[in-house]
Amino acid sequence: MKTLVLVEHEGGAIKDATYATVTAAAELGEVHLLVAGSGVGAVADAAARIAGAGKVHVADGTHLEHQLAEDVAPIVAALMADHDAFLASSTTTGKNVAPRVAALLDVMQISDILSVEGGDTFTRPIYAGNAIATVRSKDGKKVITVRGTAFAKAAAEGGSGTVETVDAGVASGKASFVGAELSKSERPELTSAKVIVSGGRAFGSSEQFHALLDPLADKLGAGVGASRAAVDAGYAPNDYQVGQTGKIVAPEVYIAIGISGAIQHLAGMKDSKTIVAINKDEEAPIFQVADIGLVGDLFKIVPELTEKL
Amino acid sequence: MKLLVAVKRVIDFNVKPRVKMDGSGVDLANVKMSMNPFDEIAVEEAIRLKEKGVATEIVAVSIGPAKAQETLRTALAMGADRAILVQTDEEVEPLAVAKILKGVVEEEQPGLVILGKQAIDDDSNQVGQMLAALLGWPQGTFASKVEVAGTDVDVTREVDGGLETVKLATPAIITTDLRLNEPRYASLPNIMKAKSKPLANKTPADFGVDTAPRLETLKVTEPPKRTAGVKVASVDELVAKLKTLGVVA
Repeated sequence: MKTLVLVEHEGGAIKDATYATVTAAAELGEVHLLVAGSGVGAVADAAARIAGAGKVHVADGTHLEHQLAEDVAPIVAALMADHDAFLASSTTTGKNVAPRVAALLDVMQISDILSVEGGDTFTRPIYAGNAIATVRSKDGKKVITVRGTAFAKAAAEGGSGTVETVDAGVASGKASFVGAELSKSERPELTSAKVIVSGGRAFGSSEQFHALLDPLADKLGAGVGASRAAVDAGYAPNDYQVGQTGKIVAPEVYIAIGISGAIQHLAGMKDSKTIVAINKDEEAPIFQVADIGLVGDLFKIVPELTEKL
Repeated sequence: MKLLVAVKRVIDFNVKPRVKMDGSGVDLANVKMSMNPFDEIAVEEAIRLKEKGVATEIVAVSIGPAKAQETLRTALAMGADRAILVQTDEEVEPLAVAKILKGVVEEEQPGLVILGKQAIDDDSNQVGQMLAALLGWPQGTFASKVEVAGTDVDVTREVDGGLETVKLATPAIITTDLRLNEPRYASLPNIMKAKSKPLANKTPADFGVDTAPRLETLKVTEPPKRTAGVKVASVDELVAKLKTLGVVA
């Protein structure tokens, strides 16, 4: 089987999620990649070095700078004449583009796969991960999004793919990029962090959220996450949200502080290797999934913990 | 401008889903069902656009069993003007839903279609993007802000790195994220009024759509369970545990 993987990149660097998607694709067959963007020669060269990389298709054009789905999907759809499966990461980019490709190909997409059980059979979470469905696709071509935490990352070096330029198409003219406000942080990205400290509504304010969590995260070299309640209350920006519809994370250690543990939140972090919960309510559902629990007042515990680490 | 909003009847978000013993699916018998939370946000956004004078009429559409009428009545009680039920007892996959919605769009000619970004039952996150592709329209997915200016709409999107704003030429597709708005509750008088608002009945066949599934669900199982671990009594104990895990030196 010939697969095509959408390479996600930003600022000339390939995103971590892509390496996991390559692993999923390799379980299906030959791995070809697509790099779409503006001035992405170096990204294409990096993609060709990913272990297992075959052909790297490069669609380079100024209209592709922001990789809008309206412009990228037709490029993928055209390349799919020559491939059997298209795989994108379950990121906001992949989730934006893949269904558009699927519809152009008249294929029913398989979203957020956890495993490859065979050439046409996959597992995927449904109902916020409270159930796992094993599904078989009857479509001739497959369109798949891949949960990054469910697959090991392919090595960034060791491959010797060949780079080939493809038609970049033209701008749809119907959608254009206006601007972005991207969080700048020195901390590790949530989806690849080894340790995450995550805060809930119990912090009471944005000031307290950051005053307490940031030093702890710095001590641990951790990423900072948040529950939906904390994001809704404005304590943290949207890209901090861990949960069913936010980010899915699976770090070595997830420290949930002042988070009660709604099923929507658990859906985003219950595959973490070790879960630590700090909460003043000893009946909080988070304790049912936590490996280590500490009942108490976070305003006392967090500074003490930061100090003693 | 006319707005079309798509709503789905799903398990209530407060209910913990239970997998059936025979592995055939999730048990929905006697389970509370509600409008998909993201679709409530879609309805609310449509109403706000009408209140601002941007939209003139709001049509709510649902694809599902007869009981999806209740979901449509909720949309009408919130403020939609009329509703269309495309009735089927079969499970309809996102691709077929998008094809049916395309048929509805061709009949209704809305300037914007607003949908939830995903349904909390199958968590697919596909229909809006598929509908956009089938219509050849632009898409503003995972919206946290929508501003209509003339024939364009600026959509601010929640992306993994933060926020991104795109400008779309209408007609366009918008899918909603959590922080676009806070949906209102329908008042009792509005619930009463909704009962007399028009609700049309259709079937997938009316739109010439084949809803035969492309994905076969072989089985549905429970995920591996986590069990509660130990409780520690002090920060010192917690630090010691974290040290044994190698998190800290």
